Amino acid sequence: MPGVDGPKTTTFALDKAGLDRLIAALRRRGYRVIGPSVADDAVVYGDVASAADLPAGLGDEQAGGRYRLRRRDDGALFGYTVAPQGWKRHLYPPRQKLFAARRSAAGFEMLPPEPPAAPMAFLGVRACEVAAIAIQARVFGDKAYPDPGYGQRLAAAFVVAVECAQAGGTCFCASMGSGPAVSGGFDVKLVELAGSGRHLFLASAGSPAGTDLLAELDAPEAAPGDVAEAERQVAVVAGAMGRTMAAETARTLGEHAEHPRWDEVAKRCLTCGNCTMVCPTCFCTTVEDSTDLKGEHAERWRKWDSCFTVDFSYIHGGSVRTEGRSRYRQWITHKLSSWHAQFGSSGCVGCGRCITWCPVGIDITEEVAAIQASRK
Amino acid sequence: MTAPIPDPMLPRPFRIEKVRRDLSDTFTMELVPAEGGEFTFAAGQFNMLYVFGVGEVPISISGDPGDRSVLVHTTRAVGAVTKALDALKAGEVVGVRGPYGTPWPVEAAFGHDLVFVAGGVGLAPLRPAIYQAMANRERFGRVVVFYGARTPEDILFKRELERWRGRFDMSVHVTVDRATGKWSGNVGVVTNLVAKGGFDPSATMAFVCGPEVMMRYSAAALEKRGVARPSIYMSMERNMKCGCGLCGHCQWGPHFVCKDGPVFRYDRIADLLSIREL
Repeated sequence: MPGVDGPKTTTFALDKAGLDRLIAALRRRGYRVIGPSVADDAVVYGDVASAADLPAGLGDEQAGGRYRLRRRDDGALFGYTVAPQGWKRHLYPPRQKLFAARRSAAGFEMLPPEPPAAPMAFLGVRACEVAAIAIQARVFGDKAYPDPGYGQRLAAAFVVAVECAQAGGTCFCASMGSGPAVSGGFDVKLVELAGSGRHLFLASAGSPAGTDLLAELDAPEAAPGDVAEAERQVAVVAGAMGRTMAAETARTLGEHAEHPRWDEVAKRCLTCGNCTMVCPTCFCTTVEDSTDLKGEHAERWRKWDSCFTVDFSYIHGGSVRTEGRSRYRQWITHKLSSWHAQFGSSGCVGCGRCITWCPVGIDITEEVAAIQASRK
Repeated sequence: MTAPIPDPMLPRPFRIEKVRRDLSDTFTMELVPAEGGEFTFAAGQFNMLYVFGVGEVPISISGDPGDRSVLVHTTRAVGAVTKALDALKAGEVVGVRGPYGTPWPVEAAFGHDLVFVAGGVGLAPLRPAIYQAMANRERFGRVVVFYGARTPEDILFKRELERWRGRFDMSVHVTVDRATGKWSGNVGVVTNLVAKGGFDPSATMAFVCGPEVMMRYSAAALEKRGVARPSIYMSMERNMKCGCGLCGHCQWGPHFVCKDGPVFRYDRIADLLSIREL
């Protein structure tokens, strides 16, 4: 996993076969390559063996409470915006075994942990997702008791970022300062140029490991015109987003723990927790303890949890947040306001997933704007 | 490369040395590390206690921070894990993760009158601070304990309270919500005791622990008496799954109660306490 930007590096031009060589080179290095493919009518980030597994000629249509795959005629491999589930699923899996223990004469003994899994290479990480990974690295790492699993998986990972060639229907990364241009946090950055009779991937390195990998691909240097086109392309994307998050959001929410809008949004919110499951930075978990039938082998598993459940805040006597308004307020205020105090940034990267995957299409930017407007 | 990070989610086995029943639903356990060694903590901190195969609960430490040979926990059996804990006997093993959280600032209170306000089982997290204060008795002005229980049968650490009351360098006032049997002591809420004073409010540090509503009213009573907000501390309770800032459950405004608390300075949380369902 790379650090900050290095000096300006060479930009190479890969064709589809070159992209295949990149995937093969990662696999030769022992990485489990994870990238986009299609399953259940959606783009999912899973194992890919070659460029043939990528979602060729598919785009996505996203709106509040709506997601559809759409065929596109340029054959683009990264023609969608973001998959429903981000890379969190791989860096902080939905179910993780914390430990296993065995009953013994003296009480119980802890069983040795399982060896770490193969390092992962992520292919197709968007700018907002690079930002989300950096945010979760602070959440899990920057404290007295860091999570060792997250740190190890991220340190071992190889990141191939792919810059967006179009804005998604619910995107607002430009106003969060987290995209669409990818400016760090990658080993290799790709820009896909599709249509107009050519199909290229401009590749540049962001770390020594990336430089090393690209050197092996035997690719020509990119033409200056193509490099300029890549820059123009991302500038167009930045200006094409239909939503913005107000700059003073953190303060607005911090000052409005009580506001009629909480009652209003609670009338629509189903407290289903979808937004927290698709959010690339939501990190809350619960634990589940179990034993075998003989009561001799016990395990403890950590599972993704959501602040939208009543149980989430349960203490003896009852839950703290019983009402929907309290739980929605907790989620959005944490994400956009108290996150700054806790981790030094917003917890939102503007990926738009919470809007797309909300069954009733609640729009995080619209909720903030409503509270913002009432201040004036 | 750096050394591997120790996994904060792995419990350490501790053997139960002794179990004492305090009240019908409350018990105190003395634990020692199964593999030997000592346990160091600061008054006000808590541990995550694991019952094999059942689960984990955050429980404050109720023993003497000056005694590293034994770890003492006082627990009220109200849920699945605490009831399973209650069923364990001396010789059996529990898992321990910790100590976690912020301590009572006992040393910062040197030179002041020290007032403890406890409600119900809230006396347990305060007891380590009382031990520490009495071990440094000459460093304080007056030391006062105000304690409220539901009934005389619910008075926790009763013999110890009586012993403390017998000392000439400490005052102990107990009240019950409802008198039963031959009770002839105070009846009413613990804030009534605070209102009577017996300490110099301009030079007092107060540590408050009990149900949240009791702590709110106690802080108000202390303030009314003249104790400044920054001199009042209270210990908060929230749902916790990890105890060390990873699971997100205990969030309260910008705070993680597990690592930014449980002991908070009142002036830093007074606003949050007034927001319903935060």
